Amino acid sequence: MSAILKRREIVAALLQERGELLVVAGLGSTAWDVSAAGDSALSFPLWGAMGAAAMVGLGLALAQPARRVLVITGDGEMLMGLGSLATIGVQRPRNLAIAVIDNERYGETGMQATHTASGVDLAGVARACGLGASSAVVWTEAEFAAARKALLGEPGPVLMQIKVLAEKIPLVLPPRDGGLLKARFRRAVLGPQADAE
Amino acid sequence: MNDWPQKLFGVLKQAKVRQVGYVPDAGHKRLIELCRADPAMRAVPLSTEQEGIGLAAGAWLGGERSVLLMQSSGVGNCINALGMTSECRFPLLMLVTMRGEQGEFNPWQVPMGQATRPALEAMGVVVQYAASAQEVQPTAEAAARLAWGSYAAVAVLIAQRVIGIKSFQDQAGR
Repeated sequence: MSAILKRREIVAALLQERGELLVVAGLGSTAWDVSAAGDSALSFPLWGAMGAAAMVGLGLALAQPARRVLVITGDGEMLMGLGSLATIGVQRPRNLAIAVIDNERYGETGMQATHTASGVDLAGVARACGLGASSAVVWTEAEFAAARKALLGEPGPVLMQIKVLAEKIPLVLPPRDGGLLKARFRRAVLGPQADAE
Repeated sequence: MNDWPQKLFGVLKQAKVRQVGYVPDAGHKRLIELCRADPAMRAVPLSTEQEGIGLAAGAWLGGERSVLLMQSSGVGNCINALGMTSECRFPLLMLVTMRGEQGEFNPWQVPMGQATRPALEAMGVVVQYAASAQEVQPTAEAAARLAWGSYAAVAVLIAQRVIGIKSFQDQAGR
């Protein structure tokens, strides 16, 4: 099969009515996708620490069990943190969902193939690690409609591996200052007590 | 005998630590058991230590304090992720049991054990050392204050002499 979905449309659809949704974006293209959908204090885009996005999501989900946490990351970033799927499968936070935007490429470094281009099934790994049985590879609009519902509402943890076109598209950059990204996120989540802590 | 794991647990309770990320070490066996048995703490066993740096960042973003327990060999796994801790000024408390220093019996532990302090310091982590069992509690207390009072990344290295494992047989018997 070949991908037909477009990453910016997919991420925009995930975030169009985001409300109180907490978002962690993996470094590179997925951080740009999340910014293109609209910069928000409730998004924490990573500019480094490749492989850490899912674990940042886990720590956040455990700390805020009443809020939905969505990690949006790339296939290369998720591959670097594969062990974290086992860690998440053991913890089973019901409020954590992971959307892997899978273009089968390392997009920031010259579009080299990742392991998913050779068929590595991240959704299968997720299911084997104890994430939700609905975790799936998504190719079509119809499959994405179901995946979107699962990512935003179904009891987690769940991972959707969404196959997208390997496009080169304009960068939309979030703020780079890590201290700022942290402080504004905490204020948005915790209110004034964020600064008292 | 100085019950330093129990005292370390008391430090974590006092500091209101809620998430405990760890890769097991024989030296942390008791502390891990105490944390796992406490309903106010969430123990999170990790596949690799670097996951704990992300866990701690996420916990703090959500308003919770966390601690990372590991052996010195695990410090090497954390290095690039610690760049995030430094750039974002996330508070971080790592409790590291040392290998590869006093009386080590496994030569493969020595390179990372000897590189633990300089590797942490190279990434901007403040390193504090507990050379004896008596020093563990006050050192950890001060490290916790530094971490959350000053938004610092702090590692407490607990000397191999404190752990006191002298052979493979000794380690397997614990």
